[in-house]
Order: sequence, then structure tokens, then C-alpha cells
Amino acid sequence: MLEITDLTKQFFGLTAVDHITTRFERGQVSAIIGPNGAGKTTFFNLVAGTHKPTSGRIAFNGQDVTGLRPDQVAGLGIARTFQVTHLFDNATVLDNLIVGYRLRTQSGLWDVVVNSKRLQNEERLCREKARESLDFVGLSHIANRIAADITQEERKRVAFALALATDPELLLLDEPAGGVNPEETVGLAALIRKLVDHGKTVCLIEHKMDMIMRLADKIVVLNNGAKIAEGTPAEIRRDPQVIEAYLGTDAGTNAGADHAAV
Amino acid sequence: MKLLQGKAGWTLLAVVALIFPFFAQNNYLLSVATQAFIMAIAALGLNLITGYTGQFNLAHGAFMAVGAYTVGILTVDHHVPFWVAFLLAGVVTATLGFFVGLLSLRLKGHYFSIFTLCISYIMFLLIEKWESLTHGPVGIMGIPAPSGIGPLQFGTPLSQYYLVLAFLALAIWIMARIVRSLLGRSFMAVRNSDELAEALGINLMRTKTLSFVLSVTYAGFAGALYAGQVRFLGPDLASETVTFDLVMFTLVGGIGTLLGPLVGTFLVTWLTQSLQFLQDYRMVVFGPVLIALIIFLPDGIVGTYLKRRARRADTAKPAAPAATQFVETTAKAKHHA
Repeated sequence: MLEITDLTKQFFGLTAVDHITTRFERGQVSAIIGPNGAGKTTFFNLVAGTHKPTSGRIAFNGQDVTGLRPDQVAGLGIARTFQVTHLFDNATVLDNLIVGYRLRTQSGLWDVVVNSKRLQNEERLCREKARESLDFVGLSHIANRIAADITQEERKRVAFALALATDPELLLLDEPAGGVNPEETVGLAALIRKLVDHGKTVCLIEHKMDMIMRLADKIVVLNNGAKIAEGTPAEIRRDPQVIEAYLGTDAGTNAGADHAAV
Repeated sequence: MKLLQGKAGWTLLAVVALIFPFFAQNNYLLSVATQAFIMAIAALGLNLITGYTGQFNLAHGAFMAVGAYTVGILTVDHHVPFWVAFLLAGVVTATLGFFVGLLSLRLKGHYFSIFTLCISYIMFLLIEKWESLTHGPVGIMGIPAPSGIGPLQFGTPLSQYYLVLAFLALAIWIMARIVRSLLGRSFMAVRNSDELAEALGINLMRTKTLSFVLSVTYAGFAGALYAGQVRFLGPDLASETVTFDLVMFTLVGGIGTLLGPLVGTFLVTWLTQSLQFLQDYRMVVFGPVLIALIIFLPDGIVGTYLKRRARRADTAKPAAPAATQFVETTAKAKHHA
């Protein structure tokens, strides 16, 4: 579904993403792991169009999307969440979600001034989509809460809902379980599974190894911008290069990857 | 307080505005109110780009001057009928706004504000120095009052008052449509986080430019009305003081709310008038009041009220199906784990 070929991003002298080639399959959970500063978020920024790659090619469903703007990428069906979700704190949770489906609507200034049929239909559609995605993440009971008052875990779920409201095929989740407790992490992992069960493809960045090892179908390990390993969780656990990146050269056991970087 | 909400509140405001002339003892008060309405139209516009879209534009007053000077130059030097000049004032400011927007909206945050402040100053200098076009520091005198439409004549202060009031009502009505629509939601998404808005598929440049053009068009029409009401224009209209007045109006009333700029404009105008006897010392009263307001009511008067109301509505509505739903999701979570 997403094919990355020889992707490189240089910021002046620094190579943040270094000739990465990989692919993410439809209907799977793929995880990107690596130490801090390994280039994980930059990698997401390249796929989502926030940064233009220095070289390389990104293809989504066979279509070349390299160098498109973020809004164009979103329109093609790639949604993303950020490490920090900026919600409009003075509005309700539902209100925050309605704009999510805006990219699939057409109404312009004229529709607004004359309050056209099209606008009314589209506003109804956006509202339905917002409710639907809020239901999906299990938060319909807080639809009318002020966004400032919800918990960190609820914020994470709202971020998922916002991404879902854009009707994506692929979701890029940047640290979906960052800053939530272990119990809540289990709930979020279940939610990510549920996304895949409903036909979405997920690619995520995460530091919580327990979660990754249980959840991911495929793991890509980055270090200093380059891909050092790729495979199933079982393969990654045994990979000597991964162990080295996380624990240093002297550590020889396979216990390494589990505990590192938590 | 309930009575002041929603449609009832707006109706009440309209009624007060309609009967105000019968209580105003003199033409002076009437013209002060008329000018307040004109400033309110400009403040409404400023609020769209600054309050709803989050781009702090400091050239708003200059755009108001562009609208005013378009009317002044066309009517006085070229004998164009007032209403034709009035429409052209909107066209000219919108066109200028489009190009200024394209250029300045590439910048973010403070950089955008500083850039627009510079643009504002350049426009002020142009108006002051380009004597062959703008009459320079002498200003434009003898601008005709708005010409009559059918049986309606706008020669008297009273008729001008109602004319401007009608435009203000139209401006509020259109603004309400905009900010409550999907388009308004796009603007607010950009304000919350442009990064997130873009990830949600919103074209940043197009959205911000549209908001900017709409916003300065409001300023342009406000300026055009100003020209027809004051009938004299000087370069001072383009000075940053006007912009900062407008900023103050929106801040006091509540930035990013529909009613805020109106409340702010009327309140500050009323205060300024009431403190007139203090002459320049009124700033001694004014400054501390403004500082206190920013510290204790950062959302402005209307913003603070709306926030309280939203929170009250939230706590008053206990979520009944919440419990079952939560159990369901945790059960599922455990299952998957």
C-alpha cells in the first residue's frame, strides 16, 4: 500500500533520513522504532508531505505522492496524528471533530452566504462523520465535554477520531500511547487493533516495546536516520544490530530490545 | 441572563440600536454612535483573520484607509457617484488584500504581524507623500454624503445613522453565516494548529488568503462608509493608532467571538466619551483598566461569558450511557490484550 524507495532527507549537513527503502502492507500494523533522534518523526513528515524529501520516492497505492503538500496527501487517504494534539480547548469535543471531514466537502464562500442546500447537506455529513468516529474510539459519552477538560488518554482517542473523520485508508500515528499509563496503553493498543479489523492500515511510532511487540505485524528499526533492521517482532528481538543500537556492543543477550527505550 | 442569549439577545440589540436616536438628545451623540458602528464593521473584519483564523494582522486600519481614500479620490477628483465609488472601495481593498495576503501569509506568528505592521506603515507613507493622488497631508475635503437610493436620502445625521446601522446588520449577518459554517470551521482549524489543519486536508494558503481578503474587505467598506459620514480624510486614518484601536475593541469584547468586537467597540467608545472631561489624563484610567482586563479576562467579556456557559452546560448534562460504554471498551481492551 505504501512503498518507500531510497528515501533521503538532509537538513543542511545533517542526514535525518538516510536512503530508507521499505513497504507497508494493507491491513497490517507496521511500527517504526528507534532511539530518540533516529529520524522517525522526520520519516512521517516526509510521507505526510510536511517536508519534501531530498531524494527518493514515496508511492501510495501505486501513485507517486513524493513532494505533494500535506493537504493533498490527506486528500488521498493518509491521515496522521501528532505527538501533541492541539484541540480547540474552548469548544466541545464533538465541535472539534466536525472539521475532520471538511476535506471531502466542496462548499465555498458563496454556499456560505446563501446557505445553499449543498452546504446544509455537507454540514450534516460532517456532523455524522464526527459522531461516527467518536463512537468508534469509544468516546461518544464525552461528545459535549469541553475539550480542555478531558484526560490525556481521551485526548489521544480524540486525535484518533479526528484522523478517522478524514476517511483515511492509512493512519500514521506518532506515539499514540505517549504519556498515558500502562492500563490505558492496553486500551489504546486494542483500539489500534480495532482500526485494522475495520479495514484501516496503521503505521505507528512508539517507544513502548511491550505494546509494539504485541501489536505490530512488522517492525522497522531506524538508527541515525538509516534502517538497520526490518521484520516481525520475533525477528527484531533476535537481531544483533538492534540489540547493539539499543544497548551498546557489549550486551549479548536477546533480552535487550524488550527493555530498552521504554 | 438567559434572556440575553441567542436570537433574543440579538433582537434586543437591534431594538436598542433602532430606538437609540429617540433618546440621543443631539446630533453629536448620533454621529458618535454612527462612527462606532463603522468601527464595529471594521472590528468584525479584523476579528475574522485575527480571532477566528489566528493571524494577527496589524495592517487593518491601513486597509480601512484604502477603502476611504478610494471613495474620497473617486468622488471628489473624478466625480464618480458615491455608490459606485463605494462598491469600488470594496473591490480595490479586496484586490490589494489578495496580493498583500499572498505575500504576508507566507510568514507565521509574530513575523506575520511585524510584516503587516510594516505594510501598514508603507501604506501610510504612500498616502501622506503621494500628493498628486491623495492630496497628501492636506487631506481630501468635501466628500459628498451617500447619494439617495430611491426615496431614501442620507443628508441628515439621523438618516446616516440608520444607513450605517443597516450595513452593520448586514455585516453581522454575513459574518455569522461564515463563522458558523464549515468555512468558519476551516478558519478555526488553522487557528488551533496550522500543522494539524494541514494534516486534515485543509489547504493552508488558500484558507488563510480567503480569510484575509474577506477581513480587509470589511475594512474597505467600513472605510468607504467613514468617508461618506465624516466627509473629510487625512493620512492619519492609515496610522497604526486606528489598527490598535480596532485590536483593543476586539480584545475587550472577546477575540474569536461574533459579539465580542461589537461589545468592545461600543463599550470602549462609550468609555472614551464618558471620560472626555479628563482630557488626556483619561489614558491614566484607561491603561490600568485594559491591563486588568487582559490579566483577568483574557478571553474578553463575551469570551469569558461563553466559556462559563459552555462549562455549565457540560456539568448540567450528566452522560447517562457513559458507564456502559466505558465497560464495553475496557472489556474489549482486555480481550485483545
